[in-house]
Amino acid sequence: MNFGDLVKRSEEEKRPLHEVILEEEYEELGVPVELTRKGAAKILRAIIREGARNFGKKQKTLTGMTGMNAWKMKNYKQKLISEFNRMAMISALSFAESNAAMGRIVACPTAGACGVMSGIVYALWKKDENFDKLLDSFIVAGGIGDVISKKATLAGAEGGCQAEIGSGAAMAAAMLTYYYTGDGEKCAHAAAIALKSLMGLVCDPVGGFVEVPCVKRNATAVNIAIASSEMAMAGIESVIPFDEVVEAMGKVGRALPESLRETGKGGIAATPTAKRILKGLKL
Amino acid sequence: MAILDVLGPVMVGPSSSHTLGALRIARFAYKFSGGIPEKVKFTLHGSFAETHKGHGTDKALLAGILGMRADDERIKDAYKIADKLGVEYEFAQDDLGDVHPNTVLIETWKGGKSYNVMGSSIGGGEIRIVRIRDVECDIDWEYNTLVLVMKDKPGAMAGILKRITKNIANLYMRRVNAAENRAIGIIEIDENLPKEDLKRVGECDYVYELFYIPRD
Ligand code: SF4
Repeated sequence: MNFGDLVKRSEEEKRPLHEVILEEEYEELGVPVELTRKGAAKILRAIIREGARNFGKKQKTLTGMTGMNAWKMKNYKQKLISEFNRMAMISALSFAESNAAMGRIVACPTAGACGVMSGIVYALWKKDENFDKLLDSFIVAGGIGDVISKKATLAGAEGGCQAEIGSGAAMAAAMLTYYYTGDGEKCAHAAAIALKSLMGLVCDPVGGFVEVPCVKRNATAVNIAIASSEMAMAGIESVIPFDEVVEAMGKVGRALPESLRETGKGGIAATPTAKRILKGLKL
Repeated sequence: MAILDVLGPVMVGPSSSHTLGALRIARFAYKFSGGIPEKVKFTLHGSFAETHKGHGTDKALLAGILGMRADDERIKDAYKIADKLGVEYEFAQDDLGDVHPNTVLIETWKGGKSYNVMGSSIGGGEIRIVRIRDVECDIDWEYNTLVLVMKDKPGAMAGILKRITKNIANLYMRRVNAAENRAIGIIEIDENLPKEDLKRVGECDYVYELFYIPRD
């Protein structure tokens, strides 16, 4: 499935993109449109519920390497970014740290990268509390993720962190763009810009545990999603279409050595400090 | 449901392969044992053995054998809950052979009977049950699974299959004890098996024991 084809179909049939995506799901897998919509609504409600429950809280994580970041960010008055970015960042950190503390999260698209999409969802919810509009945009994000999972991969162990955090940012960028414009083509540009920005990102968790650098990557990536969406909404286009960017990302992932695919043996995981911290961990 | 798989699931962290997959294997073993066992031994292989604590794999396994679901926040307190329930547990590490790096062997004891299940967590929360009661298989638990200890006799399986009214997806069979004429049959079924089917299969002369493990 090409995302470009979905956008084209939505334009030709003059139907909103999220409806076309649900329809496609029915045609491909036989899952009734209403069932997918209901399932997505259930997941979305879980994000909102958990987002409220964990917002800016301290967490006791499995290794103790993280757990205070959401709290710190919440108790700080930002100097540069907007209030929306701030909310999304705190929420992204909260989800990522809750994940590291065995709390309940939504693996959208994966557990390690759960904070990017969830952070933006929660910030949008707090801003407008418009569930139906949010759900339509959430479904469009699902379409983006689905295309990535089919053409490339969403797993850090296969494609590096570009496949997890990168995909989360691409989904979130499309979600934001759809929320504000309902314009499918702009969504594709936003997702492409976000994914290109994180192309090549390696998966290098210290000790193999989903904490460092994962937690903070979730929070920086929400800003990449926001920036990509703003660019697309300004009319900036990705020179390379989204579907081709995805294919390129898949190829880059396959070219990554195993040490940079979730094994905890390369990248920042192989630094002297990482090794020292690991020695000191009482597990 | 591809989109819902991408947008979810709702689960307890931190890792779909080390936590969610582990829990699902243990939940399979829980259902196979017919409830919470009195005693359980987990033998961890490969990456499971190396990094289980930092991923909470041990807690996820224990929670699964206690029957908890993937989004249950009590998973992190699994040790305490197991102690409270008086469940005896043991974690060991061993080389389980030529299997996926995230593999665990789960042995349980309940009501004077013992069971064993071996499973691999292959990524994204997906699992493969690769051995049940020492019989090799390849079950992804996307189906409802029926495990039979049965008489190893020509026509036995055919006699059993006749009693199942639902669509059968896969079938495994292996002789386990030639002297006693015993075999194990594993049947994967698309739909939920009605009670009458189960009863009819149970009443079959060829069937000694039967375990029904509906998918989650
Ligand atoms: S570094 Fe690896 S484990 Fe951490 S979020 Fe990225 S892909 Fe996931």
